[in-house]
Amino acid sequence: MEPVIFEERKTQIHRKGAEPFSISCNKSSLAGAVSQRACVFCGSRVVLYPIADALHLVHGPIGCAVYTWDIRGALSSGPELHRLSFSTDLREKDVIFGGEKKLHQALIELIDLHKPNAAFVYSTCIVGIIGDDLKAVCKKVQAEKGIPVIPVQSEGFKGNKREGYLAACEAMFQLVGTGDTSTISPLSVNILGDFNLAGEIWIIQDYLKRMGVEVVANITGDGRVADVRRAHGAALNLVQCSGATMDLAKMMKEKYGIPFIRVSYFGIEDMSDALYDVAKFFQDKDPEIMARTQELVREELTALYPKLQTFRKDLEGKKAAIYVGGAFKAFSLIKSFRHLGMNVVMVGSQTGTEEDYQELAEITDEGTIIVDDTNPLELSAFIKEKDVDIFVGGVKERPIAFKLGVGFCDHNHERKEALEGFLGMYNFAREVHATVTSPVWNFTPRRRKSPIAVGTAEEACLS
Amino acid sequence: MKIAEPFVSTTNACKMCTPLGAAMAFKGLEGCVPFLHGSQGCATYMRRYIISHFREPMDIASSSLGEKDAVYGGKANLMQGLLNVIGKYKAPAVGIATTCLTETIGDDVPTILHEFRKECPADLNGEMPALIHCSTPSYGGSHMEGFHAAVRAMVAQLADPETATHRGINIFSGFVSPEDIRHLQDVFAHFGLPATLLPDYSETLDGPALEDYQNIPGGGTPLDAVRAMPGAGASIEFGRTIKPERSAGTVLRDKYGVPLHSLGLPIGLRESDALFTTLETLAGCSAPRRYALERGQLLDAMVDGHKYVAGKKAIIYGEEDLVVGLTSFLSEIGIKPVLVASGGESGLLAEAVAAVTGEFSGDPPLVRDGVDFYQIVAEAEALEPDLVVGNSKGYRELARARNIPLIRVGFPIHDRFGSQRVLHLGYRGALSLYDLIVNALIEKKQEDSPIGYGYI
Ligand code: SF4
Ligand code: SF4
Repeated sequence: MEPVIFEERKTQIHRKGAEPFSISCNKSSLAGAVSQRACVFCGSRVVLYPIADALHLVHGPIGCAVYTWDIRGALSSGPELHRLSFSTDLREKDVIFGGEKKLHQALIELIDLHKPNAAFVYSTCIVGIIGDDLKAVCKKVQAEKGIPVIPVQSEGFKGNKREGYLAACEAMFQLVGTGDTSTISPLSVNILGDFNLAGEIWIIQDYLKRMGVEVVANITGDGRVADVRRAHGAALNLVQCSGATMDLAKMMKEKYGIPFIRVSYFGIEDMSDALYDVAKFFQDKDPEIMARTQELVREELTALYPKLQTFRKDLEGKKAAIYVGGAFKAFSLIKSFRHLGMNVVMVGSQTGTEEDYQELAEITDEGTIIVDDTNPLELSAFIKEKDVDIFVGGVKERPIAFKLGVGFCDHNHERKEALEGFLGMYNFAREVHATVTSPVWNFTPRRRKSPIAVGTAEEACLS
Repeated sequence: MKIAEPFVSTTNACKMCTPLGAAMAFKGLEGCVPFLHGSQGCATYMRRYIISHFREPMDIASSSLGEKDAVYGGKANLMQGLLNVIGKYKAPAVGIATTCLTETIGDDVPTILHEFRKECPADLNGEMPALIHCSTPSYGGSHMEGFHAAVRAMVAQLADPETATHRGINIFSGFVSPEDIRHLQDVFAHFGLPATLLPDYSETLDGPALEDYQNIPGGGTPLDAVRAMPGAGASIEFGRTIKPERSAGTVLRDKYGVPLHSLGLPIGLRESDALFTTLETLAGCSAPRRYALERGQLLDAMVDGHKYVAGKKAIIYGEEDLVVGLTSFLSEIGIKPVLVASGGESGLLAEAVAAVTGEFSGDPPLVRDGVDFYQIVAEAEALEPDLVVGNSKGYRELARARNIPLIRVGFPIHDRFGSQRVLHLGYRGALSLYDLIVNALIEKKQEDSPIGYGYI
């Protein structure tokens, strides 16, 4: 077990109960460790990408744009400009002579062609090195084309995903406050930090509608430029996920006085709490809202509970490991697993803060491994040590689970299954059940009851 | 014919970046950990991309450069990163590729590696792995340039004429599927020709279920086999668009006098014939009966199915060598390739396509290199294709938008299962592609028909 952990990373791993809580985090990834993390650019791209009527132009060599082309399940109810991958595809001569002219031309032609309502221009590592003046080019094009053209300062090497979130929030904040708010209801919210994966935001919107609450802007899933522009007219910001859009909520609070609450739409408690918190916030303005909310939750739960119980029968006592991008999601997951009678024995994230990990340490059981910015060597060791039945992560984590003969549930940006809301809890339970109870684990070498002889030489049977 | 305007920007690129190709090639060397010298993001993105095609672990280490390193150079991170990865993975080889960032800041990797070899053996208990390096700025080409650069680097940096006991054949098969590699291995075995196939990721990227997690998956071309390459009787290299200065076979020919047979990717009848003829010459015997049978079965199928495919028009896209092979095959069976497109820019595509289509009458296909999917889609407008042949990336805007079938071949295939097991090469590969194509066309006809024939 020990030998797989890098000396430099020992302080990024905590075992609950074995020692008083302490963990270091928000460090840059260790050179030579195969980190599961991406870069600043990735953080910005994740957050802004679902704004569907904006042009998203990646200024850099081709890879950064290729690998982020339509990989997420962020759905749009209208335009789908966000699903195309635009790049300036920098070449040697651009790197030598600078890419500003190319960027300018690219923006002009793309804006003429696609008529977006705004353009976001992402800088990548190389742009940071060759020193292109993104701001100046964006300003010029904005004047020429009459739409907001916003630079996103997301050079990959300038930190990790968190810095990317901040860069994205700063970019978006330039839009906020530029639209007309006169028709907005007093019972209104912005949905922040939801990316409408597999249409999840529509589930949440439906709940809010049933409660009588207007959604001004989706930031950013199924997002529209015009909505973001008038987002400052909403009475409340609902911020999902600890990292991605928190900075925007803070900026909006400071400048426009809009309060925010942190919510999670995953799992029964957190989903209900989110709705009740909204109802509480508005009950002075609408005394009926709480009753409507209670009715909604009751209705949904009555339908959901019996279904969960049937899954629970098979899942009781099974063990789960979680490794996700942001730590906030992990809290909800731990609670969700408890509803299924399962125990979380390892939990970690790419970008958690010290407070996040502290909180995780508080809500998990003794012996749980808590880890920041891990890698395949550690993950496989933890999974084996804890003998888990299911691993929750993203595409990069999937083969680790499967190679170890362990079930897997995709809970990252690339999932195509809605996991939010009460419906999402059902989908989650169904997926967990499907993978944990699959008969295939009876046959995988690590789990099978009796060993199977494996020939050594290629043609052993012939001799 | 309308030619899509040249755009300044790229929309939906029909290529990937250079280090991805290098990482793939390094994955085909036994015990080798691919290592990207650059910032963390690139390595993570490529891992994710490759994992979703192969559904296998793909560890790519990174020197994880941060802001300071970008300014002062990445030497310290590269050395530390190597120590870490070697220490933990106990890898006998590390394949180091640069990224755009480290190329632009001008890190001199060969010098850094030289110092590493001098300074670090003590930290590694004297166990210095083979360190192979290639320079892969993405603004200098696509993933294919990276792939070839890494293969060439492995050969150039490992080849050791002193230990060259190998007397077989070297084979550089290019960017093909694990199933293709396995098929080639079978072919050589049946010919009784000992062969060193580089790279061989047939097991490292399509591994069996095992008792335990492998930090480094088994399989790959043995290091010693690569070292022994100068002793081979001949080299075979696939690809009609590899420039000599990028080719591994050329290194062995020019430096060690190993005769080089440059062939197209053996896709379809004629390109496979070329391979088998070469093998017959090298082995000094005719092909084993099974291949005569496979060839006969392919021909038989081509006759049985020819009316289903007759005159159908296809758009083919992907890596240059792959599209040349596919174009050759489609032309043979009577499908008209109307557009042959690639994001690559070797400058050799048009000539290569002409070489494989020349003997058939009819309009030659439009050949476009250095294009993206936006341009391909724009061209498709006027061409009215009946099917599309290429990777998953042409699904949404090209195939689905026109309601025509997409035959998924090559890399990446992100929306289907079993991409490792797609066979493209040899008579058998042609036969399996043929079945896919004919069935896709039958299915389309069936679905479009108001009658709903159950018997076609
Ligand atoms: S910076 Fe270069 S190497 Fe890295 S992902 Fe972008 S194109 Fe590829
Ligand atoms: S690290 Fe830099 S170059 Fe690599 S993907 Fe991120 S922005 Fe692009």
